[in-house]
Amino acid sequence: MFGSFTQFENSLFDDFRRMEREMDDLFGRWPWPIGIRSAARGSFPPVNVGATPGEVDVYLFTPGVDPKTLDISIQQNVLSVSGERRLPINENANYYRQERFDGEFRRAITLPEDVDPDRVEARSENGILHIKVQRREAAKPRQIEVK
Amino acid sequence: MTDTQDVATRPSSDVQRPEQQVVLNPPVDICEDTEGITLMADMPGVSKDKLNIEVDKNTLLIEGDAHFDMPEGIQALYADIRSTRYRRIFSLSPELESNNIDATLKDGVLTLKIPKRAELRPRKIEVRAD
Repeated sequence: MFGSFTQFENSLFDDFRRMEREMDDLFGRWPWPIGIRSAARGSFPPVNVGATPGEVDVYLFTPGVDPKTLDISIQQNVLSVSGERRLPINENANYYRQERFDGEFRRAITLPEDVDPDRVEARSENGILHIKVQRREAAKPRQIEVK
Repeated sequence: MTDTQDVATRPSSDVQRPEQQVVLNPPVDICEDTEGITLMADMPGVSKDKLNIEVDKNTLLIEGDAHFDMPEGIQALYADIRSTRYRRIFSLSPELESNNIDATLKDGVLTLKIPKRAELRPRKIEVRAD
């Protein structure tokens, strides 16, 4: 009689267990210390940082933000991005969920020390702001030829 | 001879069920007015051709793949976002016109307008003064 209920409960329970496992997987793979300027998980905007020998690439996930209103600056190797996202509120509507970030934000990202603050470019596409910072020549690995 | 041999061996890490792939749950705002329901979802990096919206009976599925322009040989130094796949499912209710959903995507924000059936919209009742 309650077959369909228990089935539902089981699948829900499985989902929670799966989620727990995923969380463990995600956080367990982060053995090194966190940055002194890093923000709490879930802060807006989320940031990814990657590097190649020649450049450092920063991705800020800023959906719905006009990139022209962002204030992006770099001092030595600290990149700061600030701005705001104001969501239009429909006065005549009932809100059931408001999960999206609304308000002012600021994030500072510490980059590797060999970045060149004079060679930075930023572009925005589909709500991702991509900031590319070149690294100084000396830091690039050099091929050594054997004579 | 009692030896057995596996016809095919596969390391357990290779066997990954699709539902175990890390999927991002895009944050949403949902509101309702007299016309219908508006849903807005943050899906940065998703372009129109990588977005999939499906309605099956009373289930609304939103999924998309984010693309970001990455140079070759890039190595992650830090990552808040650990997947490029967004997916979220909602159940609809019968008074919604699910075959008439209007979807727009701008700067990584998806907006869905789901109208209510005209005959089910609240009607103002006029009081006549005789």
